[in-house]
Amino acid sequence: MLTYIVRRVLYAIPILIGVNLITFALFFIVNTPEDMARMQLGAKRVTPEAIDKWKAERGYDLPLVWNPTEESLYNKATRTIFVQKSVKLFLFDFGYSEDKRDIANEVKSRMWPSLALAIPVFILGLVVCVTFALLMAFFRATYLDFWGVVLCVAMMSISALFYIIGGQYLFSKVWNLVPISGYAGGLDAAKFMILPVLIGVVGGIGGSSRWYRTLFLEEIGKDYVRAARAKGLAESVVMFRHVLRNALIPILTGVVVVIPLLFLGSLLTESFFGIPGLGSYTIDAIQAQDFAVVRSMVFIGSVFYIVGLILTDISYTLVDPRIRFE
Amino acid sequence: MLPIAQLALTLLLAGCGQVWNDPYPAADRGKNVLYSVFADRPKHLDPAQSYATDESQFTMQIYEPPLQYHYLKRPYELIPGTALEVPQPKVVEKGGAVFSVYEIRIRPGIMFQPHPAFVEGSFDLGKERIEKLVTPYQLPLGTRELTADDYIYQIKRLAHPQLHVPIFGLMSEYILGLKEYAAALKNARKPGEWLDLRQHKLEGVERVDAHTYRVTLKGRYPQFAYWLAMHFFSPMPWEAEKFFAQAGMAEKNFTIDWWPLGTGAFMLTENDPNSRMVLERNPNYRGVPYPSEGEPGDEKAGLLADAGKPMPFIDRAVYTREREAIPLWNKFLQGYYDSSGIGSDNFDQAVRITAEGDAGLTAEMEARGIRMDTSIEPTVFYLGANWLDPVIGGSQGAEAAERARKLRQAIGIAVDWEEYLSVFANGRGVPSHSPLAPGIFGFREGKEGMNPVTHEWQDGKAVRRPIEAARKLLAEAGYPEGRDAKTGQPLVLYLDTTSRGPGDKAFIDWWRKQFAKLSIQFEPRQTDWNRFQEKLRKGSTQLFIVGWRADYPDPENFMFLLNGAQARVKSGGENASNYSNPEYDALFAKMRHMPNSPERQEVIDRMVETFRRDAPWIGGFHRKSFGLYHGWLGNLKPNEMADNKLRYYRIDPAGRAAARQEWNRPIVWPAILIVLAIIAGTIPAIRSYRRRERMAARLAA
Repeated sequence: MLTYIVRRVLYAIPILIGVNLITFALFFIVNTPEDMARMQLGAKRVTPEAIDKWKAERGYDLPLVWNPTEESLYNKATRTIFVQKSVKLFLFDFGYSEDKRDIANEVKSRMWPSLALAIPVFILGLVVCVTFALLMAFFRATYLDFWGVVLCVAMMSISALFYIIGGQYLFSKVWNLVPISGYAGGLDAAKFMILPVLIGVVGGIGGSSRWYRTLFLEEIGKDYVRAARAKGLAESVVMFRHVLRNALIPILTGVVVVIPLLFLGSLLTESFFGIPGLGSYTIDAIQAQDFAVVRSMVFIGSVFYIVGLILTDISYTLVDPRIRFE
Repeated sequence: MLPIAQLALTLLLAGCGQVWNDPYPAADRGKNVLYSVFADRPKHLDPAQSYATDESQFTMQIYEPPLQYHYLKRPYELIPGTALEVPQPKVVEKGGAVFSVYEIRIRPGIMFQPHPAFVEGSFDLGKERIEKLVTPYQLPLGTRELTADDYIYQIKRLAHPQLHVPIFGLMSEYILGLKEYAAALKNARKPGEWLDLRQHKLEGVERVDAHTYRVTLKGRYPQFAYWLAMHFFSPMPWEAEKFFAQAGMAEKNFTIDWWPLGTGAFMLTENDPNSRMVLERNPNYRGVPYPSEGEPGDEKAGLLADAGKPMPFIDRAVYTREREAIPLWNKFLQGYYDSSGIGSDNFDQAVRITAEGDAGLTAEMEARGIRMDTSIEPTVFYLGANWLDPVIGGSQGAEAAERARKLRQAIGIAVDWEEYLSVFANGRGVPSHSPLAPGIFGFREGKEGMNPVTHEWQDGKAVRRPIEAARKLLAEAGYPEGRDAKTGQPLVLYLDTTSRGPGDKAFIDWWRKQFAKLSIQFEPRQTDWNRFQEKLRKGSTQLFIVGWRADYPDPENFMFLLNGAQARVKSGGENASNYSNPEYDALFAKMRHMPNSPERQEVIDRMVETFRRDAPWIGGFHRKSFGLYHGWLGNLKPNEMADNKLRYYRIDPAGRAAARQEWNRPIVWPAILIVLAIIAGTIPAIRSYRRRERMAARLAA
């Protein structure tokens, strides 16, 4: 297994270089270093000297990918914005944002609010959706199953924004049960998290439950389930011990891969509930054309995604003894 | 288990307080705390770098420039801040050149807020100790008296090679030797080392004694006094720079830009710009008395009730970041924010417009004791015409210029700004008849202030001229019925705009409708902000909409937007339409150095007349701000120039607590009903499940 993991980690390096290159290209197709400077310096009383100074101080006075003014080939390739800004990322040195804040420090402090929201939503959502899907599969071809699917389709058709605004309106404004938005550290976070967690879970029921139901139904039709029933096992045992366990492989594919991404937070929920997580950090950076932060967040996201995929592979061996890395 | 635990925790928290949806700690209830919001995280809190209005709400409570604006008097009046009096420039001639010397005397005995930078040994903390800090205020705190050196140090910082000072370009034209000083500092700076500005002398700034300093300007610049009321000229102790220059500080975001240090009524004790920022009363503040005079009517409005009492009146101000308008508005209605603006979505809920066109509060707002204040902002938003464009600017000869002038005037009549404000801004603005915003010296009210090119005076008010007048002008311009009289080709005009979202269709359609009145073919060129700015810089626009917010209440700060020397393409200045008229420029050069007087008014009138005739801006508007305040917030008067307003405010914490209690009673039955419905829904499922299980057993048997 160790050899496999090492191999996968090595594969990650070209992937990360590629991601970095694409981020760089996409960002600088839309923005020039001068645009970035103007965005940071504002629109009033900005002189060309101030622009040049801003660029020089942050290394944006270099050419993007090729420096013809340098003599050696090495310097031509490395004395560029791309190389200067990318190399340190691979050492997890994110540097400073364009307004000179330490990015690593920001990521560290904003990770916890994101996790405080994402982990309960993830765990509760999984439990609720799997339970609901099992229920529908158990009562398959009945009215309960039919209306369950209808409910799922309806719920997945509704925009996440509707859940958020509707939830805030009902629970916070009309019924005055929880704060509309805000955040506090430690245990005080609980009262702010109840509503976004509830909305996060409810908002995810439709799509996930419907998908899990399909997986369960696929398993229920297989021979080993028929054999289990034939030997007299109760339906609940068939469902929980056999169907659920075998349906876990496709579920894991979708679930384990997102675990590391929980750190990155939710863009919309964090924004509406005033949760100072990494999701809102990324949105802020995009709006402010802060390339240093955007690049860092995309890089971290890519690393997490790769880690998630490796974890998914490992989890296969845990739930299916037939799968071996050898 | 987790939902049950959360529910239990909620009930537990609810048991601790009287309302369940209070976003603030129970310990803060009933305290003398102001609750406000901020939407965007401040980029800079360094007084040399900050330039945004939403940053000033923090910086100007902390930093004290030598001058300030009177809180109550209108028109805006400069009064001493930390200075003993408003300095009068002394004009001296030296070597054939004219210099203005400002001697500023600082009030003795003013102390800085408590800060670790003033404690001996705080410049050598070591990385390990710094690493463990959450805020700099965890260190031992000290203070010292404010001196003239602190002001001198800050003026020197305007030329610091590591700082991006937005007014450096402007100030280097005036402050003697500032440009050369910047070059010298650039050479003196050693990477990784603190640059001690005390070791480098700036020619234009001189220390007279511990509480007096002189600033020498090249030439005359009477507007400099206004700059002395802005944070750029507030004091900065050298200790602060040295303290934050220590290794390990920047990695913790411990910088002057993040942790300001001043002598003002408040100090920033919590700085999480992602979530909340907290200003607390500066214990070393000297207690400046509340003003004892204001405008007529201020006394009746209760604004002089605290006259002479030492400020500030509140202990703490908590600013919470609200990125979205909906939660902000709802929390304001629940009493969790003391004040709020009015978004377009909430305008109808908050404001009713009377038959006379006056804005008043709706019954719902009045029932909550909410008050509303409005004021015209020192802003101007305008449809600019690019002077370099051959069609709209007439850049190709005298004949073309005359045709273009008539074309602009025709469009000026056709574009109905009154309707624009009604449709897109809920009436929050007044159409502009000159570059000057109301309240600025030189602005004229009534018939005298009306633009006779676009409006006529009817029944005591300005009414837009009929469209026939515009068509006549258009024909005179050589475009009868919107077609070129010589070629017969339709006249096509392009509007460059950053409005390009799906929600902007109504905006574009409205503009199309305005040009259609003259049968002019209208083409919007929708682009992003970067490209839009680039087009302005290159002069490749035809028509565009931009705005300006004044730095200070002087006509010079509006009129310079049309000065030829400020042309955007030629000099990168603020004259976005690249308007160039030697007559206007000559009048501007004369007006800028004049004191407010009938003579200055006369010059301004002539400039406005030239502006109306040439129409480089084809109409526009001045924005009107609407502010809502709960009844428990006192001493509130809109002041578009002063940003140090927090110290004047008074809170009635008991009244607020009672209102919150009344407005936020939890309604539990729907939640119980939902839980019961879920339980009720599961019962048939359980019964069905059991029945199935039994059926399976029977079949198996």
